[in-house]
Amino acid sequence: MSRPRTLFEKLWDAHLVRLETPDTPAVLYIDLHLVHEVTSPQAFAELRARGLRVRRPDRTVATMDHSTPTTPREQVPGGDRRAALPMLDPQGAAQLAQLEANCREYGIELYDLSSERQGIVHVIGPELGLTQPGKTIVCGDSHTSTHGAFGTLAFGIGTSEVAHVLATQCLLQQKPKTMEIRVDGALPRGVTAKDIILAIIAKIGVAGGRGYVLEYTGSTIRSLSMEERMTICNMSIEAGARAGMIAPDDTTFAYLAGRPFAPQGAAWAAAVERWRALATDPGAQYDASISIDATTLAPMVTYGTNPGMGVPIDGRIPTADETAERDALDRALSYMDLQPGAAVQGRTIDVVFIGSCTNSRISDLRAAASVLRGRRIASNVRMLVVPGSSAVKQQAEAEGLHEVFRAAGAEWREAGCSMCLAMNGDSVGPGEYAVSTSNRNFEGRQGQGARTFLASPLTAAASAIAGAIADPRPYLES
Amino acid sequence: MQPFERITSHVVALPNDDVDTDQIIPARYLKITDRANLGDALFADWRYDANGAPKPDFVLNRPESQGARVLIAGRNFGCGSSREHAPWALVAWGFRAVISTAFADIFRSNAIGNALLPIVLDPAAHARLLAQVTADPSAQVSIDLAAQSVTFPDGEVQSFPIDPFDRYCLLQGVDRLGFLLDLDADITRFEHIQTQPISA
Repeated sequence: MSRPRTLFEKLWDAHLVRLETPDTPAVLYIDLHLVHEVTSPQAFAELRARGLRVRRPDRTVATMDHSTPTTPREQVPGGDRRAALPMLDPQGAAQLAQLEANCREYGIELYDLSSERQGIVHVIGPELGLTQPGKTIVCGDSHTSTHGAFGTLAFGIGTSEVAHVLATQCLLQQKPKTMEIRVDGALPRGVTAKDIILAIIAKIGVAGGRGYVLEYTGSTIRSLSMEERMTICNMSIEAGARAGMIAPDDTTFAYLAGRPFAPQGAAWAAAVERWRALATDPGAQYDASISIDATTLAPMVTYGTNPGMGVPIDGRIPTADETAERDALDRALSYMDLQPGAAVQGRTIDVVFIGSCTNSRISDLRAAASVLRGRRIASNVRMLVVPGSSAVKQQAEAEGLHEVFRAAGAEWREAGCSMCLAMNGDSVGPGEYAVSTSNRNFEGRQGQGARTFLASPLTAAASAIAGAIADPRPYLES
Repeated sequence: MQPFERITSHVVALPNDDVDTDQIIPARYLKITDRANLGDALFADWRYDANGAPKPDFVLNRPESQGARVLIAGRNFGCGSSREHAPWALVAWGFRAVISTAFADIFRSNAIGNALLPIVLDPAAHARLLAQVTADPSAQVSIDLAAQSVTFPDGEVQSFPIDPFDRYCLLQGVDRLGFLLDLDADITRFEHIQTQPISA
């Protein structure tokens, strides 16, 4: 009998074009390459300069998400799907035009702003069934780790590596180590996948996963929906990990069944059988392991300038004596204009953002709407709800969620990355405080001088109503 | 890629831990389709005030920092986004090496691909070097990649680890894309035997 292997090892072994040697890294084959407008233009330019073709356009899919406007189309004269384009700044417009030209020249499928399949690249991959267990998936975007929720090996790459994959469908890779993050127990009411991952990062730190691929295991993880699993894997990079993954199971297969690119008929049954064999074998060894007791978790919120600076919503900001990283705490609190030892709850806010590849899927919008239904956001708060994809937007509108958000006083926008990184004109003002369901609270991430508190959709919605950071639990339907 | 040559330079000190790529180059500078002028965007939000004027107290703006080829940074430099614009901006400003106690994975890989040498020192050696270059911003370090060593201003010599292939590529100026293209036959063979059907 062969040596027991982890999920990661099975994927790694199955994609080795060439083994690692003492002198050369492994050559890893990539099954799916996702492309967007911001990190690809220089890679296509490289191909053009060398006279190279795209090796596998059939394994390459592009969309537009980072630079795209989210202005509601019905507010744009003409109201058609393309009408938002002229509102872009010239640089953003040039990026979109360049992506269109590149995809046309190299024969790559592009879901542009006129496509019903357009959306944040990490939302549409799963939604279309492109993301399937056992695949290696890359994109010039660090949140590619999202796709690991399906039992894929998925990670972000730089633009030079985008060129490598376009031209050869391969990457030179050093083998990462593996870390099991085991989460067991029933989640308390009001505690979500976002709170689990913020608690994990608070525990292991923003460099805790460096050099590792994380595998999330345990009864809590098994009980999560695919969208919740994506939220967890999405933020693996915020712990510094190369990737995050969860073994596929019946929840995975039920999610994928019938999606446009999922196998059909007899091929589906064969695929499921193959996918079931991917789970980590009993007795397989990880290089490191940690465990989390889900029953002890509370809604989490960050107070600082990296995603590891998080506390339970009813907690306090640490004091210098309570941290090993005094300088980092000082700098973070100076930027945030917050006091050590202060409570986070009750801090007045200016903006609430529901969106991003972390929390913009239909279940996230339903969660936010469940808190907002029949209520109004505070008069001091501007709230943006930005669906992760055109399909999520359609689904939300079919369920009437957009009416809930509008009635509450929030803005209902078109799909895109939006205020997560403020490339498209949606931004938090200098010195303003935002509660955001996105993934990064770095200085200036949501706009120059913007101050970000990361939280779940439930906490963000509750905070919008309170006009200040608020515990979502009192707002939940009993 | 140009081969990496021996560097002797004074050192810019930016010892904050966990400097993310959004600080190295903010997202609004990513709305480009080329690599032009990225040196001006390096550390933009720390470097310029709201009117775009250089902040005199930020280290990159100090006269003694000009012409430096080496940056000494804090732990976990380059965390966050995968944007290769980060090493592009560092190289465009003039840096050829960054010294830290640890680098974020994607940044390290992007840096190597742009002949920006990520040097990892143990925390004690890192602290000694930081103290020396902070005390005297004109103090010089020498970096010898072939020998895998850094010589501190006081003469202390520290060796640093580097993956053998990365070292080879940097010293020879090997083009990684060219290396992969040469494996065409292997890749084709793999595509023929791969059991997982293509469904994308």
